[in-house]
Amino acid sequence: MTGPEIVIGLAGVLTTASPIVVATIGETFAERAGVINLSVNGTILLSAMGSFVVALSTGSLVLGFLAGALIGAVVALIVAFGSITLRQSQVAIGFVLTLFCRDLAYFLGNPFMGEKGPILSVRPIPLLKDIPILGTMFFKQDIMTYFSFVLILAAWWWIFRTRPGLTLRAVGERPEAAFARGARVNLIRCLYTALGGALVGLAGPMFSLGVKAGWKGTISGLDGLGWIVLAIVIFGAWNPVRAALGAYLFGLLQWLSVVLQPSLPGIPSQVLQVAPFPLMILTLLLVNIGNAEWVERVLAALPERPRSVAARIFRALRVVQPSSLGVPFERD
Amino acid sequence: MSDSRKDAGLPPAAGPTTRRRFSRQTWINLGLQLCALVLAFLFTSVILLVAGAPPWQAYAEIAKGAAESLTDVSNVLVAWVPLLLAAAGVLVTFAAGLWNIGVEGQIVLGAVLTTLVLRLLQDTTLHPALIIVLAMIAGIVGGALWAALAGVLKTFGGVNEIFGGLGLNFVATALALWLIFGPWKRPGIGSMSGTEPFPDDLGLPTVGGLRLSLWSLGLGIVAVIVVYILLERTHVGLRLKAVGRNKRAAFLLGVPTWQYGMLAFVVCGALAGLAGGIQVTGVYHRLIPSISSGYGFLGLMIGMLILYRAVWVAPVALFFAALNIGSIQLPIVLKLDSTLSGVLQGALVLFVLLVEGARQRYLRRARVAASSGPGAPPPVSDVGPGAPADIPGEAL
Repeated sequence: MTGPEIVIGLAGVLTTASPIVVATIGETFAERAGVINLSVNGTILLSAMGSFVVALSTGSLVLGFLAGALIGAVVALIVAFGSITLRQSQVAIGFVLTLFCRDLAYFLGNPFMGEKGPILSVRPIPLLKDIPILGTMFFKQDIMTYFSFVLILAAWWWIFRTRPGLTLRAVGERPEAAFARGARVNLIRCLYTALGGALVGLAGPMFSLGVKAGWKGTISGLDGLGWIVLAIVIFGAWNPVRAALGAYLFGLLQWLSVVLQPSLPGIPSQVLQVAPFPLMILTLLLVNIGNAEWVERVLAALPERPRSVAARIFRALRVVQPSSLGVPFERD
Repeated sequence: MSDSRKDAGLPPAAGPTTRRRFSRQTWINLGLQLCALVLAFLFTSVILLVAGAPPWQAYAEIAKGAAESLTDVSNVLVAWVPLLLAAAGVLVTFAAGLWNIGVEGQIVLGAVLTTLVLRLLQDTTLHPALIIVLAMIAGIVGGALWAALAGVLKTFGGVNEIFGGLGLNFVATALALWLIFGPWKRPGIGSMSGTEPFPDDLGLPTVGGLRLSLWSLGLGIVAVIVVYILLERTHVGLRLKAVGRNKRAAFLLGVPTWQYGMLAFVVCGALAGLAGGIQVTGVYHRLIPSISSGYGFLGLMIGMLILYRAVWVAPVALFFAALNIGSIQLPIVLKLDSTLSGVLQGALVLFVLLVEGARQRYLRRARVAASSGPGAPPPVSDVGPGAPADIPGEAL
């Protein structure tokens, strides 16, 4: 493989990973506020289908993307209403919604399967596109990929460098303290869940009107990606930049599996297709195992040198979730 | 869940629903659940209208598809069995506060190991009945091992069972696909239709010309009864629920918590593996790519729909099975996708959860009002059955 081919391939990774990046950052917002929106997988399918149908029938990409964001926000608000207002289990509501939205997408999308809809076009940025290597990778993309780049930095800045971001983190970590200082905890949680849902909903049209154009029902290849998104949020330690890196890593591995398949004839295609999932388990194992009690005991039994090395590796990988994630807030 | 109600102690010795008299409260609850049913049907009707189909005709077709002939009824019962097993299994993990989303993969592994043993023994001189029993046992072991893997990942690796189980589902499906297209492929070329069918004497005996086997029906019903007794009438069940309601309190009271969690995983996996074994020996007589047919996820939905009460498993699973079988012919007669049954099932569970939440909210409000007003009646004690806690402090 030649140099320019690799650069184009990497630019493709940035494009194909962009929906994952946007959805991951959306879910990061919701979870930072303390709400797990487990419906991601179904939401992406439903918004991919819904926005495709809207764009197909109106001929407008903008309306398609708006429809996707709206669908995502509505589903997220059901999660927020069920878990915050009615105090039902977030996991239960999210899981039901993920199956429900998937079946709804397949049911309503059935008549539109295989139709040819509008597609996002590449919009190179003048001047910047001529920079060698970087120009091809970063500045010859479609609008939504540019949006994903901006979103990574904006989300990081918002969460870690602004006052509302501080409140957001407080609501997810110590809701009682945030409440005592005047934050309207449950309202803030609802808002961020809806915002996060809207971003997850944008990932749908980013697939069906862009990366994986069209709606092909059960063979759209989108089923399962939502779960990967949820895993990347954890891998990203609820930090938009680290989460985006996780998403790009995932995109890179997918690309490599396509590129390398001809040279690995011994591995059947079924194995490569599901490779992300054992990888997901392995990643979660790596970032969580440092928290396990028995690991500490084993480490304590090791001699000084390997212990400090192992402890440092675990500490670098380890993630600690927002301490009130999934815990309802009651104003007693 | 940092809910003071649940921190107060262990749940009562028997489930609150089993010993209570059929009081006014029970009627109200039943009425509310009927409301949820009506809402779900209304919602689905709107969806049908959006899709341009007459709702009434669609429901009539589903009913016809599920109960028009003896064959239809027998097919519903055939689908009922794996649903019974999966739903009964996940009730055990729900009781321990665990979300065993891996139940789908556990069914697949059960089917794979059953197929393996049948393949190994089909040319031996062993009695066919013995081969079937051995194969089913292998299936049970396979499901239990796959569940134990999710349990180990959670207990010793800190990988939440939702992600562990989900990942293992995909791995199990890939394994089945690989076997069907690779080592176990039909003479000639492997295909989505599955492996070479086993001879008739290696299948469970069926009734008349139908696909229904009384053996598998019996196993399904026995499993539900066993799980009901385990959860409602034994100390093990009581401890399981204690772990599910409040892990820390249970641990302080001397319940070995992670061991009970593993036990719940293994019991659920064993039942799921049995379901997989039955799908091979009783229904398909071979391994097919979609051997689990989504029954595991449906089992989880049933568990949530019945608000984790074992007595309701059988009727609700029968209803779900009827919806699944009834909607199979929708694409032919009405040009509708058969996922309509999934839409209706999802709407049902969603509305039951929301109505239950509204009921609890009303009771909370009533209690607050009662305790603040002078001379008010004593607060209502019923807070509804316990859902599995979302345990804080555990990595998701």
